[in-house]
Amino acid sequence: MNSFEYRRPTRVAEAVQWLRDDPEAKLLAGGQSLLAAMKLRFAAPTLLIDLQGLHELNELTVLREDGEALWIGAMCSHAKVAASPLVRERLPMLAALAHGIGDQQVRNRGTLGGSIANADPAACWPAGVLALNGTVCTDRREIPADDFFTGLFGTALEPDELVCGVRFPALVQAHYLKFEQPASRFALTGVAVARHASGVRVAVTGLGNGIWRWTEAEQALASQFIAGALLGLQVDPAQASGDIHASAEYRAHLAGVLTRRAVQHLASQHLFSIPR
Amino acid sequence: MAIPLTLQINGRRVEALVAPVTLLVDFIRENLGLTGTHQGCDTAQCGACTVLVDGAAAKSCNLLVAQVNGGAVTTIEGLAAADGALHPMQQAFGRHHGLQCGYCTPGMVMRGVAMAAEDVPAEPEAVRCALSGNLCRCTGYRGIVDAVCEGLQRMRAPQGEAA
Repeated sequence: MNSFEYRRPTRVAEAVQWLRDDPEAKLLAGGQSLLAAMKLRFAAPTLLIDLQGLHELNELTVLREDGEALWIGAMCSHAKVAASPLVRERLPMLAALAHGIGDQQVRNRGTLGGSIANADPAACWPAGVLALNGTVCTDRREIPADDFFTGLFGTALEPDELVCGVRFPALVQAHYLKFEQPASRFALTGVAVARHASGVRVAVTGLGNGIWRWTEAEQALASQFIAGALLGLQVDPAQASGDIHASAEYRAHLAGVLTRRAVQHLASQHLFSIPR
Repeated sequence: MAIPLTLQINGRRVEALVAPVTLLVDFIRENLGLTGTHQGCDTAQCGACTVLVDGAAAKSCNLLVAQVNGGAVTTIEGLAAADGALHPMQQAFGRHHGLQCGYCTPGMVMRGVAMAAEDVPAEPEAVRCALSGNLCRCTGYRGIVDAVCEGLQRMRAPQGEAA
């Protein structure tokens, strides 16, 4: 790693100011991707701004005044989300998604905010945030998930903008499935399906070009929420990229399989669930 | 520019001035001479460098020592009792021969110890799943999994009842 300066801000405004003062500065959340990138010299920040002292970013709570939405602070670790009774009760899909990331050591350090700000094209969190129609709240504005993710490692964040947390709508029935790349446990392909009052959202990760909504499948499922509604639909391999782990065709195929399985899971669960 | 650190290592207060670029694993091994923590892949995959940070397992090759400033770190050297008696998890690894070359062992033992606080059941399937961040290239895992299961049972047994 190249050398750098290290500081811990005590207020969000302080972190933002430091980002403004030094265009080569970077925010450090859990560091589980950033430090690896720095070792490979893919990133060489002059200043690391460690956010761990900003305790308000570590909150995980229900927003009573906001339709019982679930608030997950940017600095909440994957392990904290996975173990949270609140998340398990309200959006169990997110707890399962968080528990499936990496391994326990990585989950203990890696964070929601770090993952979505990094926007790795094979990461799990973007699929959950996009399918659930989460709202990314920053130090200055609220960004709907549809506008937040902008392709390969791309987000709508300004260079000096800081993610404070994500607001998730309450009690949406959702399921996430991924086919793991066995060494990294990133999604070779992963699919999150969410059933909202306003319609169905299907988010696919791992295709290679950034998180993507499969709108054809969403429309088919909106009229009839059964796996059979997806018959004849397939993801165009042109939507995916191939690499040493899998071809574009295989990734596109997996997206179809995982979507059908996720829908099957949700449709059968619905039959036996008690309305609340 | 060096930054001042104060942290607890194995219950001992340590103060130091370090370059921000210093990884926790390097601080432990080079500055403190505690070479029980092993550096394997240096890419957060193999788990040989696993230590406890405030009680939770972490890969010390993927953490700056600055990130744990003010915290408490436990390494393999911190497990045995003051009189030298090995920790129940260490004893279980010996009994089940949960190692061959031994390189991954400190990380495996620390990961096993951390599982006690994560409510991981002392059952082979659950332990295998919870060990997914630690690689062993010699044993085929059977002895390791048996050792962790027994170590967890002994850690959770009421005082005085440990076999």
